Amino acid sequence: MALITFREAIRQAMDEEMARDERVILMGEEVAEYDGAYKVSQGLLDKYGDKRVIDTPITEAGFSGIGIGAAMVGLRPIVEWMTFNFSLLAYDQVVNNAAKMRHMSGGQISVPIVFRGPNGPAEYLSSQHSQALQSVYAHVPGLIVVAPATPYDAKGLLKSSIRNDNPVLFLEAELMYNWKGEVPEEDYLIPIGKADVKRVGSDITLITCSKPLRLVEQAAQHLAELGVEAEIIDLRTVKPLDEEAIYQSVRKTNRCVIVDQTWPFASVASHIGWLVSKNCFDYLDAPAELVTSEDVPMPYNHTLELEVQPTVKKIVDAAKKVLYM
Amino acid sequence: MYEEAAVSLLKVKTRGDKLMAEQVLMTALSPTMEAGVLVRWHKQEGDWVDVGDILCEVETDKATMDYESTSEGTLLKILVREGEGAAIGDTIAIIGEAGEKINALPSNGDSSQKLSDGDSSQELYSVSGGDGSQEIHSGVSTAMKGGRRTATNIMADSRIKASPLARKLAEMNELSLNDISGTGPDGRIIKADVEKLIKERVAKQEPVKEEWAVKGPLSAKPSAAYTVQAASEEEIIPVSPRRKVIAQRLSESKYSAPHYYLTVTVTVDNLINTRNKLNESLSEKLSINAFLIKYAAEALKKHQMVNASWLGDTILKRKQVDIGLAVALSDGLITPVVRDCGNKGLIAIENELHELIEKARNNKLMPEEYQNPGFTISNLGSLGIEEFTAIINPPGSAILAVGQMKKMPVVGEEDSIKVQTQMKMTLSCDHRVIDGAVGAAFLKNLKDIIEDPFYAFL
Repeated sequence: MALITFREAIRQAMDEEMARDERVILMGEEVAEYDGAYKVSQGLLDKYGDKRVIDTPITEAGFSGIGIGAAMVGLRPIVEWMTFNFSLLAYDQVVNNAAKMRHMSGGQISVPIVFRGPNGPAEYLSSQHSQALQSVYAHVPGLIVVAPATPYDAKGLLKSSIRNDNPVLFLEAELMYNWKGEVPEEDYLIPIGKADVKRVGSDITLITCSKPLRLVEQAAQHLAELGVEAEIIDLRTVKPLDEEAIYQSVRKTNRCVIVDQTWPFASVASHIGWLVSKNCFDYLDAPAELVTSEDVPMPYNHTLELEVQPTVKKIVDAAKKVLYM
Repeated sequence: MYEEAAVSLLKVKTRGDKLMAEQVLMTALSPTMEAGVLVRWHKQEGDWVDVGDILCEVETDKATMDYESTSEGTLLKILVREGEGAAIGDTIAIIGEAGEKINALPSNGDSSQKLSDGDSSQELYSVSGGDGSQEIHSGVSTAMKGGRRTATNIMADSRIKASPLARKLAEMNELSLNDISGTGPDGRIIKADVEKLIKERVAKQEPVKEEWAVKGPLSAKPSAAYTVQAASEEEIIPVSPRRKVIAQRLSESKYSAPHYYLTVTVTVDNLINTRNKLNESLSEKLSINAFLIKYAAEALKKHQMVNASWLGDTILKRKQVDIGLAVALSDGLITPVVRDCGNKGLIAIENELHELIEKARNNKLMPEEYQNPGFTISNLGSLGIEEFTAIINPPGSAILAVGQMKKMPVVGEEDSIKVQTQMKMTLSCDHRVIDGAVGAAFLKNLKDIIEDPFYAFL
């Protein structure tokens, strides 16, 4: 298997799907001539031409809406947002058109579209450009929210997302684009809605998705040194949530810490916390703990910027708390 | 509030480098206990106490229990004297090293209490330290001796904290949470605590049910003590502590007190009219039960033998009229008691009744709010019961069973037929205390008062 970056894995997924199905198009700011703001779409313009790799004006509401319209009449667009922070301009299009059209048309119209781009904090971007918006999108019925953390998962899930007949929000992260991992050459799909056990353990369940996975893995190392074997559940898909995978693990370990880079209020993490307390009540030896971003706008100061996000120490401390250590 | 208190108590205990004198807390000596009365101290101040020594005897809601010490040292101070009450979580004594200064003192009584560093025992317990030392803010509210605790706080105190998993493990292994001391936050019993006890029992070769580890779906197993096996479609329900108490007390009453029953029909039009009239001018409406309690209280004042208790060799004739009202709960029933009804008006009785029933439904009644009624009323009229016979609620010697109010054709003067609202009441009496004629006279008097309250003034 080849060792490639997260960026290359996403490009391969789009390339393969565009080659396989001519209805697949890519549109967004700088995706064509400039090869993508993060070089994810590098080379695709040359390969597929400007009818299928389209540079758009800086108008998220406009081009997201065009993508949705294109999906409604038979294309399978991939809309790249330069960052999910800008997607807020297109939120109405996503919530009211992409998510609702199937319902409003009585099932006659489906919207097979993928919105993808970097989500969550990178570095030195302050409060307006550091937002992790998975909770905001997962809140809306009719949307699929995918958030992989490895190149392998990213490629298999993006291909599944492109082939899915529903609108999919595909969350990447600026700091993940250079992460490397083994990805098979051959065509493969990873089903949407299936979590992956990234580490098997018996003492505590650590639940996460997307970029915090690496922090969680480091925390698990620390815990192993303390004699605690953590099980890591990488959700990979936020919605639909693989509840069974969570319950199986928590029922085995009796404890759980949920790590998510969104804010804590009404979040993916708090929702999972509720599900666990409801469905694993008799199996819990301690209340589930959340490690999320602090409920504040992202500070620009780098020390503070790191401190308001989940950290290895916060994860280890939360684990110790539920382990009564 | 409670957590805050717990934290400050913890601070007290670990203040300074070395561990200070330990507080002996009132603990739940029965599953339903909310507070206990100190019957007798077996150790006196200055005595050496070993772990497992009986410190004192405590009267719980069920029985008088021995309180075994869980720590060793010298009994430095007794805080709850014989005859005084203490709620769970209250400090009843201090154990430590002989001659040790007790700097910090728990605050059972007041909402806040300064801690003094003084030497003499007088000063040690003074409420006004005022020397800048640590201050405890206790949310645990007032102790029984200082005034009544609020029900909310009592519940917070007495609840055994255990993780759901620990609870399930204990249940599966037929262990009582009362036997397990919790090492989690706020004394929460966690999985490790249950495992420890199981291991100890295994070590002692005590029989333990199956493997404790959670494997596969959890299910509560019926105790092996049941000899009658349930068929597949039947269900075996564990007996709750409350049901145990009901079963025991009512069996005892029915089997030991020779019951007899007197029934009368009462015309209640006057009662209904009076109530409607009074309620027109009241914001809080008076209930029929408030009237029945008030009228029964008036009748009991005149028939004191009905307000009495059989004590074996003697009979207690009560001065005060304390009337319990049976209140149905989702699990069983309880009889909150309105105290001193003879000296209270309808509004006072109604307000108390309202509050007590609310507490009863939320399981927040204090023992002194439901124990020791002299007389009890059970009203099943709202459920359409015409008449019934009730089992006497000890230590009372009589209970009044009230049926449904119903419009009836009544034969009046010159064989005229008129419509009256009637109700049947059945008085169950303990013949050891109340002879038939005495019970009958009381019931007649009560009937008269209900039909015409002027009889109360006779």
